[in-house]
Amino acid sequence: MQVSMNINGEPVTADIEARKLLVHFIREDAGLRGTHWGCDTSNCGTCTVWVDGEAVKSCTVLAAQADGHEVRTVEGLEGADGLDPVQQGFIECHGLQCGFCTPGMLMTARWFLDRNPSPTKDEIREAISGQICRCTGYKNIVDAIHWAAEHPRTNEVTA
Amino acid sequence: MTAVEEVPLSPAGNPIGFGNMKRVEDQRFVRGQGNYVDDVSLPGMVHGAILRSPFAHARINGIDTSRAEQLPGVLAVITGKVLEGIPRPDLLGDNFAWMPTLSYDTQAVLATDKVRFQGQEVAFVIATDRYIAKDALELIDVDYEPLEPVMDAKRAMEPGAPIIRDDKGQQDNSITDVHGHKDWESGNAIGTAEAIAAAQADPDCVVVTQEVMYPRVHPAPMETCGSVAFLDKVTGQLTLYTTSQAPHAHRTVYAMVAGLPEHKIRVISPDIGGGFGNKVGIYPGYVLSIVGSIVTGKPVKWMEDRNENLTSTSFARDYHMTGTIAATKEGKILAVDVDVLADHGAFNGVAQPTNYPAGFFHIFSGSYDYPNAHCKVTPVYTNKAPGGVAYACSFRITEAVYLIERLVDCLAAELGMDPAELRLKNLLRPEQFPYTSPTGWVYDSGQYENTMRLALEMADYDQLRREQAEKRARGEYMGIGLSFFTEGVGAGPRKDMDILGLGMADGIELRVHPTGKAVLRLSVQSQGQAHETTYAQIVAHELGIPPEDIEVVHGDTDQTPFGLGTYGSRSTPVSGAAAAVVSRKVKDKARQIAAAALECSPDDLEWQLGQWHVKGDPERAKTIQEIALLSHGSLELPDGVEGHLEATTVYNPPNLTYPYGCYVCVVDVDPGTGQVKVRRFIAVDDCGTRINPMVVEGQVHGGIADGIGMALMELIAFDEDGNCLGGSFMDYLLPTSMECPDYELGETVTPSPHHPIGAKGVGESATVGSPPAVVNAVIDAISPFGVRHADMPLTPANVWRAIQGRPVRVDMAVE
Repeated sequence: MQVSMNINGEPVTADIEARKLLVHFIREDAGLRGTHWGCDTSNCGTCTVWVDGEAVKSCTVLAAQADGHEVRTVEGLEGADGLDPVQQGFIECHGLQCGFCTPGMLMTARWFLDRNPSPTKDEIREAISGQICRCTGYKNIVDAIHWAAEHPRTNEVTA
Repeated sequence: MTAVEEVPLSPAGNPIGFGNMKRVEDQRFVRGQGNYVDDVSLPGMVHGAILRSPFAHARINGIDTSRAEQLPGVLAVITGKVLEGIPRPDLLGDNFAWMPTLSYDTQAVLATDKVRFQGQEVAFVIATDRYIAKDALELIDVDYEPLEPVMDAKRAMEPGAPIIRDDKGQQDNSITDVHGHKDWESGNAIGTAEAIAAAQADPDCVVVTQEVMYPRVHPAPMETCGSVAFLDKVTGQLTLYTTSQAPHAHRTVYAMVAGLPEHKIRVISPDIGGGFGNKVGIYPGYVLSIVGSIVTGKPVKWMEDRNENLTSTSFARDYHMTGTIAATKEGKILAVDVDVLADHGAFNGVAQPTNYPAGFFHIFSGSYDYPNAHCKVTPVYTNKAPGGVAYACSFRITEAVYLIERLVDCLAAELGMDPAELRLKNLLRPEQFPYTSPTGWVYDSGQYENTMRLALEMADYDQLRREQAEKRARGEYMGIGLSFFTEGVGAGPRKDMDILGLGMADGIELRVHPTGKAVLRLSVQSQGQAHETTYAQIVAHELGIPPEDIEVVHGDTDQTPFGLGTYGSRSTPVSGAAAAVVSRKVKDKARQIAAAALECSPDDLEWQLGQWHVKGDPERAKTIQEIALLSHGSLELPDGVEGHLEATTVYNPPNLTYPYGCYVCVVDVDPGTGQVKVRRFIAVDDCGTRINPMVVEGQVHGGIADGIGMALMELIAFDEDGNCLGGSFMDYLLPTSMECPDYELGETVTPSPHHPIGAKGVGESATVGSPPAVVNAVIDAISPFGVRHADMPLTPANVWRAIQGRPVRVDMAVE
């Protein structure tokens, strides 16, 4: 079947099997390798992307379900004015080690801060509780997202 | 207290030496521009998938692949019979169906006679697309004849138990011979037995015996294992992109397994999404991707899914330990004796140094001063996945530390003594270093009491005990757990330590280009340890070249010198030392060139970070950058000094390094549900010199989370039919942000006297040290119910059962 979606502002169309997962469509058909696959069961969250502004785990979404929708991936975070604050926060606070869970963490973090621009650390912990990191023990990720909340983009709409 | 001296900053604001520095790796990772194995895509690449056994133990009477072969898109279906038909001209076997493990055992690449664990590799399909490859697996018909599975290490040793390794002509399930090392025993058997017997007879002494199980767990890195193999039939070159923590060692083993000339093999470990030991071994899937490329002539990618990762690749632990500790009633430890039943699974797939078949388990005498220690390890085969040395354990030191730290707490309970006081009474004293342990280890340096007192102070230990007493009076169950650990890491001295005959020394190469920028080529490989940042800092520390001017190259056997790789916390102790030594070689050469340029004797020069200058005349100087250009120019060089500014070295560590630490964990337990909440975790680590404290602390954080996971949640259990009960993240529970507290870290700094920069390594310290702290805290919390021990994982159900006085075996689904 033919599937079309807009990924990070670019239209992507491909002829695929109906059973193809969104994570595989993003990685193989759109060629965006920043979204990773980690568990198959929606537990680890490394495949997290946005569909129409909502964070979803793309290993349990069919590409066909995203047909006609807007998708945003980690490659869409950086703007003309530089890195998104969540990306910078992960660098500033050593919020990553192997980097494999990072794209999913970043997408959840941005989604969360757009809804809660001044969170407590406990709220951040709850926000990322559907994401697994095996390297950092989470403390620095929480700090990184908190850093991003304290350093919003000046032109960012955070309401 | 801080380990970091004030160092000058580079133009980019980085420390020219040790100190906190943002990681250069992060720039690509936060943009989604990492390059992991599954990101590799080669022209014409096809996909492999593995058919795995649903049985733990079964005879294979036949495999029919005809329906799978007819599926459009399928290029080939490979079975063990196909591999048996491919001769292999080497000393380790005669065909491709079997491969050597890193422990001189054999492992089936694809099963021929029997399957020996659930999830074992049975057939390999190569297809144009990964979905089609998986579809084809469904069309393969295997005629299995189920056999009785042996899931319990104790059952494995009973007379009449089914023989698992009949392929080797075994008469029982014991692992008796690892390259001539039949002896899995260490320490002084007679002296220890006599000391314990004397204590038993002495009314002023106590003897405590405790069975302690460290159940099977899995490293579960976020990136599963996989590879992309391409054998170019024209050039004969095999290129293998693979999830390997040890690309050079893997290359050598592939040369042995595949019979391919080693100079025609290039192993590339690109970015690796976490290792923790899971990516040390060589798995059948890697070999099958190579075979697949030989058969199809195309690049073949194989990436396992999460179920395959958890059920077939290297597990950790599975040690059934019985410890006996003798002490005086004043709390002076006299002797420890340990008996271990070690479950190695169906193939002995551990990656221990050859002379150490039970790894470094015999470091179990720990951080305490007593003369008599002895252990005996009995290794057995069972119908479980092979492996055994993974999950940030430094060759079984995790098991050893867990055992002794539980025994010390059991002893404290028996004596009615505070566990902190008992530890302080027995810790090794600074003047005892270098200290030779009763099982033969030579600990390099330590100031244990300082470290422990700092941890107790940070925790406000006395106040915690008062709070606990108040809460108990109100019926609330709070627990305080301690651990003190000593690791031996950085394997290791060549005369003692090798893997499959490959000595554990590491090469390195440093070149300073004419403009003063440098490239450092490492044998070790990073799975998140920030080598591209920290190794540049080591060179900066030695030569004064800004770290941003130093490119670190690793993970590609064509680009780097030989070495054994990154595991057992060996990068900084071995390759980090090599980086300092090779920098000093360059510095020495630079001195001779500077002397020629300044028309003086090298002896007249002195070093000031980044330049050689004439003693007493700092104006007459040549910077390292100026010297680099001179070395490539027309300056007449002294006899015996070649042009260009570069050096290589191979570092052979004279001893292991011995990082240590003291951890305090505070938990609250709900006695009604058994739920454990980790409230605080205080960790004071002494890993010697800290190259980049930010990176060190990050590694400690991660290790504490590992320990919380293992202590409370993680378990690979089996039912009696051999079914793995931990095959997905729905069943194999990993700690999330909700189970982990905000860690409180401290440090003391006792440099290693034999390491060039005094660093000891820290990668596994917290994974080793944290499980006993958490378990001791939980047992402390529920000790009013008369509980002295309960096995990990301390899930709500297991804690509740322990409180009820009905502890169960955690590793088997049996009541």
